[in-house]
Amino acid sequence: MFSLTLWILAAFLLIISWGKNKDNTINSLKVFLKFFRSMALLILITIWSIGFLLAFLPSEILSKTMGQEAGFNSVILAALFGSIVLIQAFIAFPLAGSLLRQGANVSAIAAFVTTLVMVGVATIPLEIKLLGKKFAFWRNALSFIFALIIASIMGAFLR
Amino acid sequence: MKKNLLFPALLFTLFLINILVYFSDSGKGFSIVLFSKNYLLEILSILPPILILIGLFEVWVPKRVIEKAMGQSSGIKGILVSFLVGTAAMGPLYVAFPIGVSLLKKGASLLNTSIFLCVWASIKIPMILFEIKFLGLDFAVIRLTLTIPSIIVISLLLNMILKKSICNEKT
Repeated sequence: MFSLTLWILAAFLLIISWGKNKDNTINSLKVFLKFFRSMALLILITIWSIGFLLAFLPSEILSKTMGQEAGFNSVILAALFGSIVLIQAFIAFPLAGSLLRQGANVSAIAAFVTTLVMVGVATIPLEIKLLGKKFAFWRNALSFIFALIIASIMGAFLR
Repeated sequence: MKKNLLFPALLFTLFLINILVYFSDSGKGFSIVLFSKNYLLEILSILPPILILIGLFEVWVPKRVIEKAMGQSSGIKGILVSFLVGTAAMGPLYVAFPIGVSLLKKGASLLNTSIFLCVWASIKIPMILFEIKFLGLDFAVIRLTLTIPSIIVISLLLNMILKKSICNEKT
């Protein structure tokens, strides 16, 4: 649904652009090709690696790490999991929700959800290629640290 | 030359391992392909139109517009603009990387580009609705109110660290 709107929008604007100025439109398509070429192989490799990860990492391991045992270790483990795996939020939230209802550690769940969206170890090669080593490293490192902080505060608030 | 061969070689290695896995455990081998295929389809449905829009953006939007809205001297207004642009997020974070590159090229400040990327990653309205539904209103609201200031602090720190390193490289 979302993506269909995007395709229509892109096509629509391309046609308008073509009507206004052909050279500009060709240049914009060149930008498109440049990005596509620089990302394509890396994306394929990333996706395939994620396929391996998901096939070998059963959800029981995930639930065990975020299980009942409180303590900061489980929070860090959950944050690491969230950083490494690349699951859509639409799959991850129901999972996290059922763990929470089973009595999982609130901090651990918060750490998992926060790192899941903000830290992406699997996509770091792509981020380095486009935005540079320093940017990729520090954005992910800082996001990881702040996810732990957010998780700790939430653990104190919600019990 | 060597660098050009690295990615194809990696891809080929994954292919070989996948075949090996398939022969030792056909179910596992098959599910690797299935998971990967799902992700590939998701990316192919969203990345090309975004890249086309980036191309059009680079050609048609004048640099001074972005410089004024999100540049070095845009201040708090720039931060607000970056937040708003970030919430228009469609798709996963890696789709936003090329957009970040374009914004930087057009004169957006590092601070605002980082805010844009972090907001894109973590604040999406459909995602928030999902979080409320499965993790509860309290959980979602507290996490969101903690996330917003975190994003700004992360971006300020990132900006400081990278500026420093750029200065060091120059001297």
